[in-house]
Amino acid sequence: MNDQSKIAAPLLSVRDLKVWFGIKPDGAMPWTPNDTLKAVDGVDFDLMPGETLGIVGESGCGKSTLARAIMRMVPAEAGTVMWLGDDLLTLSKREMNVHRKEMQMIFQDPLASLNPRMTIGQIVAEPLKTHFPDLSGSEVKARVREVLDRVGILPNMINRYPHEFSGGQCQRIGIARALVVKPKMIICDEPVSALDVSIQAQVINLLMELQEEMGLSLIFIAHDLSVVKHISTRVMVLYLGNVMEISESDQLYRAPGHPYTEALISAVPIPDPKAEASKEVMILDADLPSPLSPPSGCVFRTRCPHAKEICAQEKPLLTDRGNGQQVACHLR
Amino acid sequence: MTDKLAQPFSQAKTAEMAENMAADDVQGRSPWTDARRRFMRNKAAMTSVLVLSLVLIFSLFGETISQFDNETIDWDILGSVKELGRPSIENGHFFGFDENGRDLYNRVVQGSRISLAVGIVGAFVAVIVGTIYGATAGFIGGRVDSIMMRLVDIFMSIPYMFVLILLLVVAGRSITMIFIGIGLTAWLDMSRIVRGQTLSIKNREYVEAAVAIGVPTWQIIFRHIVPNLLGVVVVYATLLVPQMILTESFISFLGLGVQEPLTSWGALISEGVKSMNYGTLWHLGFPLSFFIITIFCFFFIGDGLRDALDPKDR
Amino acid sequence: MALLEVRDLSVKFDTPDGTVTAVDGISFDLNAGETLGVVGESGSGKSQTVFAMMGLLAQNGNATGSVKLDGQEILNLPLTQLNKIRAEKIAMIFQDPMTCLNPYLKVSDQMAEVLTHHHGLSKSDAVKRSVDLLDAVRIPEAKKRINMYPHEFSGGMRQRVMIAMSLLCKPDVLIADEPTTALDVTVQAQIMDLMSDLQKEFNMAIVLITHDLGVVAGSCKETLVMYGGQQMEYGTTEGLFEMPTHPYTMGLLKAVPRLDVESAKLATIPGSPPNMMNMPKGCPFAPRCDFADATCFERRPTLDGVAGRKVRRRACLKSLEELA
Repeated sequence: MNDQSKIAAPLLSVRDLKVWFGIKPDGAMPWTPNDTLKAVDGVDFDLMPGETLGIVGESGCGKSTLARAIMRMVPAEAGTVMWLGDDLLTLSKREMNVHRKEMQMIFQDPLASLNPRMTIGQIVAEPLKTHFPDLSGSEVKARVREVLDRVGILPNMINRYPHEFSGGQCQRIGIARALVVKPKMIICDEPVSALDVSIQAQVINLLMELQEEMGLSLIFIAHDLSVVKHISTRVMVLYLGNVMEISESDQLYRAPGHPYTEALISAVPIPDPKAEASKEVMILDADLPSPLSPPSGCVFRTRCPHAKEICAQEKPLLTDRGNGQQVACHLR
Repeated sequence: MTDKLAQPFSQAKTAEMAENMAADDVQGRSPWTDARRRFMRNKAAMTSVLVLSLVLIFSLFGETISQFDNETIDWDILGSVKELGRPSIENGHFFGFDENGRDLYNRVVQGSRISLAVGIVGAFVAVIVGTIYGATAGFIGGRVDSIMMRLVDIFMSIPYMFVLILLLVVAGRSITMIFIGIGLTAWLDMSRIVRGQTLSIKNREYVEAAVAIGVPTWQIIFRHIVPNLLGVVVVYATLLVPQMILTESFISFLGLGVQEPLTSWGALISEGVKSMNYGTLWHLGFPLSFFIITIFCFFFIGDGLRDALDPKDR
Repeated sequence: MALLEVRDLSVKFDTPDGTVTAVDGISFDLNAGETLGVVGESGSGKSQTVFAMMGLLAQNGNATGSVKLDGQEILNLPLTQLNKIRAEKIAMIFQDPMTCLNPYLKVSDQMAEVLTHHHGLSKSDAVKRSVDLLDAVRIPEAKKRINMYPHEFSGGMRQRVMIAMSLLCKPDVLIADEPTTALDVTVQAQIMDLMSDLQKEFNMAIVLITHDLGVVAGSCKETLVMYGGQQMEYGTTEGLFEMPTHPYTMGLLKAVPRLDVESAKLATIPGSPPNMMNMPKGCPFAPRCDFADATCFERRPTLDGVAGRKVRRRACLKSLEELA
């Protein structure tokens, strides 16, 4: 843990979180036992107030599932998710709803995350009406206009429908919906990966401004490492549902602790022909193993260029290397 | 328009925005408005709407232009319907007389009213029940879904014509019984279709967003799922109406449907077929034309609605 | 003479709401063994450009201009001739390989079919050649895997199968439409590496369509930047990235977050991409351009050369000094 975490209490503290899905095997009869897909297999991390935690990993690494488990949108198998002293996983539905207004979510596909049959005014008002049913209509309207204005949508557009806006604008509306109840934390699930480069920068800047203004904590999930590096204070690297590395963002990119992080970083193309030509790309051979039967020991060993015998036998634990960089690797 | 929208932070835009704030709210173009525009462009569908409206007006107010009613028997005609009972504008019996010497025009008006009522009310009930049932099963999922859908499977596996006939024989033949009998089975298909659609809508991000916000389940179903299902539901409903009319007609044709003095298209056609051999073809011709025209209209409207609501599917 | 010569290629679509110009006057040359990057945001017309070249436009699409392959005009050829060219000279790979692979046929059947059909090879020879190609795209155990169905491959492997299929007839030109967009970075690195090796081996010309400036920087000799259906700038990749001369290219390069550079705040291009239904009268980029003045909204710039640079061309009414 870094020094900061010893002083301030974490906003969100996830311990040994496991999310398993039952998958029907091929040709299963109704009574055949399900195979277990360990989408998230024992994840630990803390989120400090006002901090941005980036979560990166390839598709199928469990990053979205992790977010949904924290929000209790998918059931967790085991573990604890402590939010301001309450374990979210043991709360009743009603108690959980009290906390939902403190944590909001932004989704990947800007247009698909807005109901096409509702006006954007109705969409943004929905969290407000759900959590503050006593507010009068005019108060709701005033607040919705204020928030839309803040994210850069003209407030007199409230009667328009999502399909009348461009992708970037829809994402702004999605952000307005998350902000309207003044949450403490927003989970952003690939919020810019469906957007064009020029729009992407607008949305990232908006998120960073809002975070500073409102003291928000962000969990920023993405597969684009450059974006994550830009916005995050700390970064967590996931692979097949396991944490490979958590560290300060600068540290992670300067001196990656885990071979997988190294491979990921080297694979990101740099928009500069000269830098790109001189760069050494660490090409990972083989495919991602099936999450239904992950490798024994270290899950990354089948693609790791440095794998030794011990990697197949023992699962490496996430250990602190002294500088706040936690790495799960036998060899480092 | 859209280009101006997304420049939130420049000075000029802020000024413009302040100006716009004072201005009235811009009205949006809802997906329904778009669909209506596309539907209006479809000539076949619009003609069908017109024709169907005429049939509907005929069934509701047709008797006002006739000087006769549907029950009085003209004893002079009886026995020589073929010669004297022909359709004629002069004597006011526009469609002639039926086998029993009653004014066929008024009989057809009455039959249309009952057939359309069975079709529309039946389809309406089936759509409401089927949509709610299917959306609930699909959205809640898991065991609830399994139980609800197995129940539908069980109902569907019973040959429904047999049940319908049994019901009419045991409980007596009446319009109410026909409504109950047809309604009992018609919602099953609807619920299956709706459940399938719900399963795909359930995984859309806007539903996930609503779950994350903490919107109560029933509100998610009614605010997010059902409105997005309506496209499919409306199309299916327009196809369900003629199906209902056909079923009712078939039952009436068998002689198990509506009973005298009430009548329906099916009953009229059945009578027309019986007397066909005596040369009174108008007994068959008039109700059959109405029947066919109406059913075609519904099919065209259904096609038009599908194209209007799902422009990508074409 | 270049292998592929595209001159003034335009694509128009007839829609119920009027004619939409998706591509407006694109011209470029491409030599054998070279790669051209076509960069643009969604709706910039980059995909429609190559669809028009391949004769793959939707029913209501209409292409004008000229596309010459080896001196032969291939734009708007009748389908039979076009099929022959598609089979022998020019191949295409897509973002989603499943759009081209039949899920109900084994990979071996799909690959062999192309060879038996177009080249009259016997089935066993065709399969043998297919296995060789799967080996060439580095699919492990190709002999065994060729008998699998497309869905049994992972996303990256599927893209490899797709590439192998496109190579079956040894095309002169390979058109790759966002080949790595749906893939993870590590897999993207594999595929890009593979494509550059294959290019050397087969001496192919590649048209690489992408929105990722990093991918272009790594693999293209020359780059074409598109916006709103029009060509904004054209030049050698190195020169273009080092010294962009068009405000759009400049903005785009600044807006990308980079791993190797620290920056507190990303530069943004304000506004949204233009609506195809309602294109600005002048320069399509004018509404979002910091340098635009009244003329930019009125007059459409032409693609002109840049003094002191051999390949560079730009479509901007502002002089380089004004942009500095």
